[in-house]
Amino acid sequence: MSSNSFPYNEQSGGGEATELGQEATSTISPSGAFGLFSSDLKKNEDLKQMLESNKDSAKLDAMKRIVGMIAKGKNASELFPAVVKNVASKNIEIKKLVYVYLVRYAEEQQDLALLSISTFQRALKDPNQLIRASALRVLSSIRVPIIVPIMMLAIKEASADLSPYVRKNAAHAIQKLYSLDPEQKEMLIEVIEKLLKDKSTLVAGSVVMAFEEVCPDRIDLIHKNYRKLCNLLVDVEEWGQVVIIHMLTRYARTQFVSPWKEGDELEDNGKNFYESDDDQKEKTDKKKKPYTMDPDHRLLIRNTKPLLQSRNAAVVMAVAQLYWHISPKSEAGIISKSLVRLLRSNREVQYIVLQNIATMSIQRKGMFEPYLKSFYVRSTDPTMIKTLKLEILTNLANEANISTLLREFQTYVKSQDKQFAAATIQTIGRCATNILEVTDTCLNGLVCLLSNRDEIVVAESVVVIKKLLQMQPAQHGEIIKHMAKLLDSITVPVARASILWLIGENCERVPKIAPDVLRKMAKSFTSEDDLVKLQILNLGAKLYLTNSKQTKLLTQYILNLGKYDQNYDIRDRTRFIRQLIVPNVKSGALSKYAKKIFLAQKPAPLLESPFKDRDHFQLGTLSHTLNIKATGYLELSNWPEVAPDPSVRNVEVIELAKEWTPAGKAKQENSAKKFYSESEEEEDSSDSSSDSESESGSESGEQGESGEEGDSNEDSSEDSSSEQDSESGRESGLENKRTAKRNSKAKGKSDSEDGEKENEKSKTSDSSNDESSSIEDSSSDSESESEPESESESRRVTKEKEKKTKQDRTPLTKDVSLLDLDDFNPVSTPVALPTPALSPSLMADLEGLHLSTSSSVISVSTPAFVPTKTHVLLHRMSGKGLAAHYFFPRQPCIFGDKMVSIQITLNNTTDRKIENIHIGEKKLPIGMKMHVFNPIDSLEPEGSITVSMGIDFCDSTQTASFQLCTKDDCFNVNIQPPVGELLLPVAMSEKDFKKEQGLQLKLCTVGH
Amino acid sequence: MIHSLFLINSSGDIFLEKHWKSVVSRSVCDYFFEAQERATEAENVPPVIPTPHHYLLSVYRHKIFFVAVIQTEVPPLFVIEFLHRVVDTFQDYFGVCSEPVIKDNVVVVYEVLEEMLDNGFPLATESNILKELIKPPTILRTVVNTITGSTNVGDQLPTGQLSVVPWRRTGVKYTNNEAYFDVIEEIDAIIDKSGSTITAEIQGVIDACVKLTGMPDLTLSFMNPRLLDDVSFHPCVRFKRWESERILSFIPPDGNFRLLSYHMLSWDVGKINPQKLPSLKGTMSLQAGASKPDENPTINLQFKIQQLAISGLKVNRLDMYGEKYKPFKGIKYMTKAGKFQVRT
Repeated sequence: MSSNSFPYNEQSGGGEATELGQEATSTISPSGAFGLFSSDLKKNEDLKQMLESNKDSAKLDAMKRIVGMIAKGKNASELFPAVVKNVASKNIEIKKLVYVYLVRYAEEQQDLALLSISTFQRALKDPNQLIRASALRVLSSIRVPIIVPIMMLAIKEASADLSPYVRKNAAHAIQKLYSLDPEQKEMLIEVIEKLLKDKSTLVAGSVVMAFEEVCPDRIDLIHKNYRKLCNLLVDVEEWGQVVIIHMLTRYARTQFVSPWKEGDELEDNGKNFYESDDDQKEKTDKKKKPYTMDPDHRLLIRNTKPLLQSRNAAVVMAVAQLYWHISPKSEAGIISKSLVRLLRSNREVQYIVLQNIATMSIQRKGMFEPYLKSFYVRSTDPTMIKTLKLEILTNLANEANISTLLREFQTYVKSQDKQFAAATIQTIGRCATNILEVTDTCLNGLVCLLSNRDEIVVAESVVVIKKLLQMQPAQHGEIIKHMAKLLDSITVPVARASILWLIGENCERVPKIAPDVLRKMAKSFTSEDDLVKLQILNLGAKLYLTNSKQTKLLTQYILNLGKYDQNYDIRDRTRFIRQLIVPNVKSGALSKYAKKIFLAQKPAPLLESPFKDRDHFQLGTLSHTLNIKATGYLELSNWPEVAPDPSVRNVEVIELAKEWTPAGKAKQENSAKKFYSESEEEEDSSDSSSDSESESGSESGEQGESGEEGDSNEDSSEDSSSEQDSESGRESGLENKRTAKRNSKAKGKSDSEDGEKENEKSKTSDSSNDESSSIEDSSSDSESESEPESESESRRVTKEKEKKTKQDRTPLTKDVSLLDLDDFNPVSTPVALPTPALSPSLMADLEGLHLSTSSSVISVSTPAFVPTKTHVLLHRMSGKGLAAHYFFPRQPCIFGDKMVSIQITLNNTTDRKIENIHIGEKKLPIGMKMHVFNPIDSLEPEGSITVSMGIDFCDSTQTASFQLCTKDDCFNVNIQPPVGELLLPVAMSEKDFKKEQGLQLKLCTVGH
Repeated sequence: MIHSLFLINSSGDIFLEKHWKSVVSRSVCDYFFEAQERATEAENVPPVIPTPHHYLLSVYRHKIFFVAVIQTEVPPLFVIEFLHRVVDTFQDYFGVCSEPVIKDNVVVVYEVLEEMLDNGFPLATESNILKELIKPPTILRTVVNTITGSTNVGDQLPTGQLSVVPWRRTGVKYTNNEAYFDVIEEIDAIIDKSGSTITAEIQGVIDACVKLTGMPDLTLSFMNPRLLDDVSFHPCVRFKRWESERILSFIPPDGNFRLLSYHMLSWDVGKINPQKLPSLKGTMSLQAGASKPDENPTINLQFKIQQLAISGLKVNRLDMYGEKYKPFKGIKYMTKAGKFQVRT
């Protein structure tokens, strides 16, 4: 802006000249510039003086001029001593500029740089987080090996700083230290491990970046943080999102089994590629046992989806590649729209995106077919964009759209951009070979182009026609004759060579023309391009073999010319041909086969996409763009055959459990499963994966109850047809089993119960439908829905642990102290219960049966983990200022033992009183009951009140809809419980547990 | 990630260099110059150029090449998107982004670049945050600074950096509170020789200029939100609310920003009387003495229609929560030709 802004500009008259002079000294001639050079020294002298003055303004001026020098790439290292003195300046801008200088030159002046270290060490303890952070930044950027221990210490301390901003900087410092001294790796990994646990979104991206640079192979460090990273992802800053998504893609490929149906890939590449993915999916599904996706796998796919709407092209691309590499093929379709949208951005973004689309469109053209027209070329596109679009259009061409495309290509051929026109001709050739219906049309079109005014177009056409004719010889004598005439006019060597080769190959079909062409060529041989000379030799040889009467002399003349050619390739070729075709003593047996050798049937060249083999690189990477493995490229592994233990991703609670049961994790997991699958021990042992789906199926089969079977069938068929079900597989499996159990119990009861049972059954089928739809909902809703889900799962596991270890429940107290318990909840209520882990209503159902069992007393225990996560019941905007949140305290409900207790917090965000808050009309599914809270007379502005209520969800995840009313308004709200919230925590010994299990089994058979 | 940055003008001079790790010699740019020569035109220089030890990723804007030097695998879009963000930031700071302006403000440029990347990884890229860290030069501030010796550099961590709304700073104050929204739609189309449409699509954006005191929470609703199905948002927009209610709910950044962009492949134009078909006519004449082009050229059209969004998108209302004053609100519609080509 004005020259005032940087005072050094005021003297720039002289300054500029001296700088120019300096450049001159370094590059051109030292002699003439000598005078200027010395004045440059003087100038630095005056910079030194300014730096030593006691006025900040002079120092600042000096520093600004020095930074200007650095920016221009000029050497300012000799000022180091004068600059470094100001490292402790009170003026923050001087300080910052000194930092810039230090980072630039410390490496060169290590001893002097050490003088500044103590300043940074002091600054690391500054109360201002910005100063702490920037001190760490600079300290870690000074590449002086001697301070490695100091850096290590600083990083360790900063990684425990209260400010997430400082911790973020610590994560960055890890990489700097690692590149300075790789020996520190182990210690740094410890810091990374610690920072990976950080819950701040500010830190997440940076620490994953450090992980990727320092220890990308330590995938085990991710397990425990996997779910957290998935859930934080939407809130992480955009650059961090890219890094995390790429890392999680790699992670997913090592930890989950393939969601792709076998044979998909084969069919993709095979002849059936016009078939849509869905068809294939259905087909294969019918044959295969249903695949259940790991919920964690689903979590990642679901939580990245909203990021397709990011404004940052890198984020969109990262999600797109994640879907491409890890989602079921039927779901990857959603990325196309977003990628096509990116084509509107800058040319560089277009370039990368188009490259990736090119690779994708080869394998799955269906994905981009609807967007065909988005790839139409505009005359204003840069050539590299045009050619990429052309590539994609070719990949997408099929019988249905080829005529439209050819019409479009016609326009391109006329383009002013000749390079592009040539590329279009190549493309037409490719379409002609790929789609047999249009081969002739294309060929005719290309022949027409032979009379084009532009030589490049003609030449390219010749080359392509040559390739096409090679595929269907015998029938194109006319075209060959036409092309032979072109030899008089066309000068482009490749085209000339192509024509000659073509005539040579077909010399018996054009017996009159071929010798004449050879004659002309013999005349011009010496002035031809090397490429053409080689083909003249070939043509001569072929004619000599087929028509030696007319061409013997001509050929010998050409061979003589070739013998003395300047190019050794041509001399070699000439010698070779002569030996082969002219029989003499030395040539031996080989010349007998000369004709067979020269006129053998040659395979037609394959015209294929240059993007064909690019898919072995992860999409969106630099390596993919360059089609070479870039330094530091991390290979995407193939899906494992069998999924590694998924329980490694369970968090905290598991670790507590470990203390009580010394058995290995795998065993725990196993026993956990046994609990749910009761009777089928065999199946359990054979089925190592967590395939609860099949278990539930077989169980219902065992029961042999037709209704039940219908239910589960419905479930599994649903599973195969719709995506969302596979995700809920585990849960719904569990759900089924519980209802199955309940039904069998109910059977044991008196007949009068039967009606009720029927009722319940129908509800169950409802609920499973409901559930699947709810999960679909939650796919958009990443934070609030997914978290409780995973929590509830881990909670489930703990519960089992507790049950098993009733006798030594002492450690539980430790657990309990971590929780915030509500007043009315007793630590553990001994209740006589026949079955573990059943919801309250189920317990009531079974109470009658309890007599028959021996006295197994099961304690309802406190939950091991209560999430503090709340769900929005009513947003303040839709509630006219009344906001309501609810959460599940996981306590036995005081309103009734079938009910699940829910706490609702009401907030008044308006500036008036809200009066008479109460529950209005209830719209509950049949069987569901609700205990409402007492009406609240009034809620002050900014006031908040927490009330409890209970809902009997009938053991289903059906939604409870009701109205939340104030004096003036009624708002429709609803609550839908995650499955986990319906369970009641109980504790029982392993012995009791087994007994219960046995009992269950017995009852099942009785019911049968 | 990003090792170094070189700024190169159209005549091939490196006029600024910045290194975030150890210094990479500027001779690495020779590979770039080679590629530039091969490409003949600036826009055909490949955005990714491999060299024996480095990779050069570049963007070309305002007649300047921004060349980033990379040493290891990195998603190329990551770097490209970042470089564009750098250009946007310069533009935001200095009004224009050109070689003379960058040279004049080299210290601010350096300070900004220093904050934008740490060890090659983006640190602060939100314009609002950067402006709190390093104040953009204004004539008044320059004068004041020269007299008082105060600086352009803030000494507090920008409040936004740590909050859940990193794009907005706290303590914003205006005497006139106003919020303006521009709905701008561009039509991209290819029309063939006979006048029939080969492709046509709308690229729309809603640009906002919001100058509101405090922490306003805005909602913007549309009369016909169903029209929007392919959208991308500024990070401030609450995605869930959009998904469930089709309402844009957001705490806006301070100043100018792009709230939303959308893409439409088909839209409703309403009724057209077949007797009176709307038509546009124009003539094109070649420069005197110019030779007739080989092939008929493609014509690029430019036009503007004020106060109309061609897709029919209409904003219903804008509400503000969280603050008590009454802001001045305004909405403007415009339709323009985007890449509108007529083949002849």
